[in-house]
Amino acid sequence: MWEGLPFFLEVLVGGLLSGVMYSLVAIGFVLIYKSSGVFNFAQGTMLLFAALTFVSMTERQVNFWVAFSITLVMMVIMGIIIERTVMRPLANQSLLSLFMATVGLNYFLEGLAQGVWDSAVHGVDLGISNDPIFLIEKFPILGLDIIISQFDIAAALIAGSMILGLTLFFQYTRTGLSLRAVSDDHMAAMAVGIPLSRIWAIVWAVTGVICLIAGLLWGDRVSVSFTLTAAVLKGLPVILIGGLTSIPGAIVGGLIIGASEKLGEIYLAEIFGGQGIEHWWAYTTALIFLMIRPTGIFGEKEIERV
Amino acid sequence: MYYREAGRLVKSFAADRRMLPLMEDRFVTTLFVVVVMYGLVTWLASDYIFSAILIPMMVLGVATLGLNIATGYTGQLSLGTAGFMCFGAFAAFNLIFRLDWMYIPLAFFLAGLIAGLMGIIFGLPALRIKGFYLIVSTLAAQFFAEWVFNAYPWFLNYTSSGVVNLPPFHYKVFPFQELTPLNDAFWHSSRGRYLITLTITIALIVACKNMVRSSTGRNWMAVRDMDIAANVIGISVAKTKLMAFFVSTFYCGVAGAMYSYCYIGNLDFMIFNLRRSFLVMFMVIVGGLGSILGSFLGAIFVYGWPILVTRLGDAIFGGGTLDTAFVENNSKIVVGTIIIVLLIREPGGFAALWNTSKQKLRVWPFSK
Repeated sequence: MWEGLPFFLEVLVGGLLSGVMYSLVAIGFVLIYKSSGVFNFAQGTMLLFAALTFVSMTERQVNFWVAFSITLVMMVIMGIIIERTVMRPLANQSLLSLFMATVGLNYFLEGLAQGVWDSAVHGVDLGISNDPIFLIEKFPILGLDIIISQFDIAAALIAGSMILGLTLFFQYTRTGLSLRAVSDDHMAAMAVGIPLSRIWAIVWAVTGVICLIAGLLWGDRVSVSFTLTAAVLKGLPVILIGGLTSIPGAIVGGLIIGASEKLGEIYLAEIFGGQGIEHWWAYTTALIFLMIRPTGIFGEKEIERV
Repeated sequence: MYYREAGRLVKSFAADRRMLPLMEDRFVTTLFVVVVMYGLVTWLASDYIFSAILIPMMVLGVATLGLNIATGYTGQLSLGTAGFMCFGAFAAFNLIFRLDWMYIPLAFFLAGLIAGLMGIIFGLPALRIKGFYLIVSTLAAQFFAEWVFNAYPWFLNYTSSGVVNLPPFHYKVFPFQELTPLNDAFWHSSRGRYLITLTITIALIVACKNMVRSSTGRNWMAVRDMDIAANVIGISVAKTKLMAFFVSTFYCGVAGAMYSYCYIGNLDFMIFNLRRSFLVMFMVIVGGLGSILGSFLGAIFVYGWPILVTRLGDAIFGGGTLDTAFVENNSKIVVGTIIIVLLIREPGGFAALWNTSKQKLRVWPFSK
């Protein structure tokens, strides 16, 4: 056996688990893109907004669950307000202007979040232990001497259950059915009597909730501060690889990006003669995938005609 | 309006194809450029106005124009503007630093070409990838630029701090400068740098105006409006897209070189970060997609707003009351709101507002 294998596996598993964190951000993207064709660039700032609100409350000795529910309600309301004030007046505009509106929204929320709260760096503690797990002690049967972060596993579990919940919601509820109808064809959905604006409001509200959960997990990982908005940049290559319209795509994309980022950092950085290649390496990976499949792995192929 | 377009008799094809067909337009433009920009402003403006307001506005305006060529005219979304500016700035520095005979205008031109080549490389995926998927490529360019100048200190001449100062007298501005009455000290002063920036900016505006009203620009717009249809009528989509990327990043590269040499006077890859890319994109949106005038209006507004707020705050509440965080957050909120409102009310940006008001003035006392 190749002697570098355990190390390789350790890097790979670490990468895959951190990829789940990326998927978490990516799902919010996909939900909105799928249902309304909007590429929501404000995702990262919504994350920051949620985490900052939560942290500001817990720092003022508000109980964890009270703070969580207040933030939850606030994110839902925020999602609905965004839909009402920004997205609805822009319905049927070109995709580019919708994207730019979310960039504007991103800027607005950034100013608002830091204006209302502050721009200091906060910590958030979800009570998840960050101790590493030595796999050989727990599961000697595998015979692998690798270390895995406990936090990463917890995050992966939370993300996994969220994805499961969303999938069930999409498959087995009436609202989920309407959501799928809307994402399939706006016009046809409207024609059979599905209230488009209500569906969009629901999607934005659900995204707000996802932002809260992702924001807290990311906040625990990297602290709650302005850098949290960079999460959006981690989510971007993920959804582009997976295809903009597919939730499984977001997961697979996240795993690919996470693994390729970590493996690239370990094995390729030396070739390029410098550390810190992960930023552009993630995008290069995405680029390679897109050159092979221009609409991502699970993306819908559009038939274009004049 | 004091003059109108109706009833003008054009007697030759050349007259019909002029850049500014109306005599009055030509007169006003010439008056503005020669008397105001080169004359009064150069003569009267203070050091602060030159280096903190006019130069950055023009430099950012050129970068905005560059992004507008890719996004506004050709419909290729790009988030790598600052990255391409970074390529331009470093190319200019290395050309000037490593070649003794190099002088500023040539170095800027070559820096633009080098940035343009990078633009072609990162624009190549555009031939296969469309729409939002393309931002991967330009973001890769952005992060690659930030990384490569950090990882290879050769580009920075092994400066330990990571920032190279570009002090005056270390570079020649023009060839045969000793034969002219204006010496180095003049060209390194804010007034001299203003004149260099102004001249380059005007040259780039004229070049862009000519490109967009010729077949090059018409091809860009055809590809923007519908690339399949453009292909059907015989436009080479691949060539057009790459051309647009080249010209766009050429402008960004020159803007980056000017940013370092004429505006901040040092070279630092940290300032060409993603936030600056977005700032330039805001300038495009606020000013108006696919408009040269709009590019500069957008740059003036987005760059000028925080300065205005600070100055107003100082004037009303006394000096230094408003802290920078407040001003920054405030300007973020305002700019964000304006972008959303503009997209809803007037997707054409300030340029469209300008055209509407012109139209209103034209019919003003007689109709609304």
